Amino acid sequence: MMRLPRFRYLAPTTTQEVAEVLASEGPDAMVVAGGTDLLPNMKRRQQTPKTVVGLKGVAALRESQNGTGLRLGAGLTLTEIGEDPRVREHYGALHQAAVQVASPHLRNMATLGGNICLDTRCNYYDQNYEWRKSINFCMKKEGETCWVAPASKRCLAVSSTDTAPALIALGAKVHLLAARESRELSLEELYNNDGISYLTRRPHELLTRVELPDATGWKSTYWKLRRRGSFDFPVLGVAAAVKFDAGGGVADARIVLGAVASSPIVVSEAAEMLVGKELTDGVIEEAAEKAGRKAKPMDNTDFVLHWRKRVAQSFVGYALRELRGDDMSETRWNTAKIRFGD
Amino acid sequence: MDEREKQRLKCTVNGESVDVLFDGYKTLLEVLREELDLCGTKHGCELGECGACAVLVDGKPVLSCLTLALECGQRKIETIEGVGDAKLHPLQAAFADLGGSQCGYCTPAMILTAKELLERNPDPSLDEIRESLAGVLCRCTGYQQIFDSVEQAAEELRRGEKAEVNS
Repeated sequence: MMRLPRFRYLAPTTTQEVAEVLASEGPDAMVVAGGTDLLPNMKRRQQTPKTVVGLKGVAALRESQNGTGLRLGAGLTLTEIGEDPRVREHYGALHQAAVQVASPHLRNMATLGGNICLDTRCNYYDQNYEWRKSINFCMKKEGETCWVAPASKRCLAVSSTDTAPALIALGAKVHLLAARESRELSLEELYNNDGISYLTRRPHELLTRVELPDATGWKSTYWKLRRRGSFDFPVLGVAAAVKFDAGGGVADARIVLGAVASSPIVVSEAAEMLVGKELTDGVIEEAAEKAGRKAKPMDNTDFVLHWRKRVAQSFVGYALRELRGDDMSETRWNTAKIRFGD
Repeated sequence: MDEREKQRLKCTVNGESVDVLFDGYKTLLEVLREELDLCGTKHGCELGECGACAVLVDGKPVLSCLTLALECGQRKIETIEGVGDAKLHPLQAAFADLGGSQCGYCTPAMILTAKELLERNPDPSLDEIRESLAGVLCRCTGYQQIFDSVEQAAEELRRGEKAEVNS
């Protein structure tokens, strides 16, 4: 039986109090919102905070607000994000990403902020203590070697968040609150392509909210590849957002890949080449090929590696064809066992 | 809190007030099974992968293995022990009639999850039933009988409601 290790528990009720606790406790403290990422990791002794700071009682983290865009509290559950009609209508990629995270039970618990900060994952890391000990641990926790690529100087654990690629494609910013100096940064800047220090968030900072810009004229989508139709972490995520001009050409575009590196990967070249063009089959194929080349998955999640390298290109193609207006529901069903529409 | 000190949980379980002491590291699953002797909630993977430990907290299906008991103060918890009384709940009856329960390990989670679905959506499509139960694994792979049971119970519950309106 795997039990949680002992920890000290604090339950502040305001964001300011959380920031003060984090400032005084330092890296020994971790926050817990839904618990669906931290608690399994604690049971497996991958993360062993001395102090756990519960966020369930912080009402301010659950606020959302319309302005020119949409402000979403980091403490909203993924169920709430998935059901929000404003998200569904204007930020399709986020809606589609949120409803494909894990299962309904987990989405009732898991929060937007938790999914953004989700620990990176790896077949050599997401194992219980005895399993990891038997291979003399790995670089990410207690060991020195990266078993995925023993010559690697950095940890290659995989960014497995579904919502982050979608939010980056939508141009989201995040707010990090600290006792002294708070800051706002683009979500892309929150990540490092490093499986260990995958976040630029400092231990004393609290992710309080996500700011989405006005989405007038934009269409967006999120495509997820997972082993099981029921629920699974992404083996690949593709988020694409396109702003069309009056003539049906592309005025602006963003394409982001998930689960192919230790951070979401923004593929600007592929997105930039779409600008000023119409989404013809040829243009889509060229962009998909360019984007696919940026996907460099390692053999540390699921499916055969050489296939995973190729499938990114196909998925970028599916996403762009859907944004062009093609009916992609059958492909969607075949790849992810999910239907959108109505 | 001092991490060695016993914690006190006051909440409602199946409609009854509960006041119990527990070790602060325990999950809701562990408190239900070990302190309250409510062993209907099953202990599966402990990591949020199998769904066997699902209970309703404030009416919503969640995984008790990933819920800190420390965070359950004042909450309303419903476990399989609270479903049905002298008479079986239509879901329990349907699971028994149609073989929706084989080894039985996932059954409490399936029934509680389906119960919440039918309260929210009395006439769900097969896709909606499948999606709501996506997080609960049946190792006997008797999914078809489970979906059939939920459909039959939904019909039964709708009929019951109609009868009530007409009487």
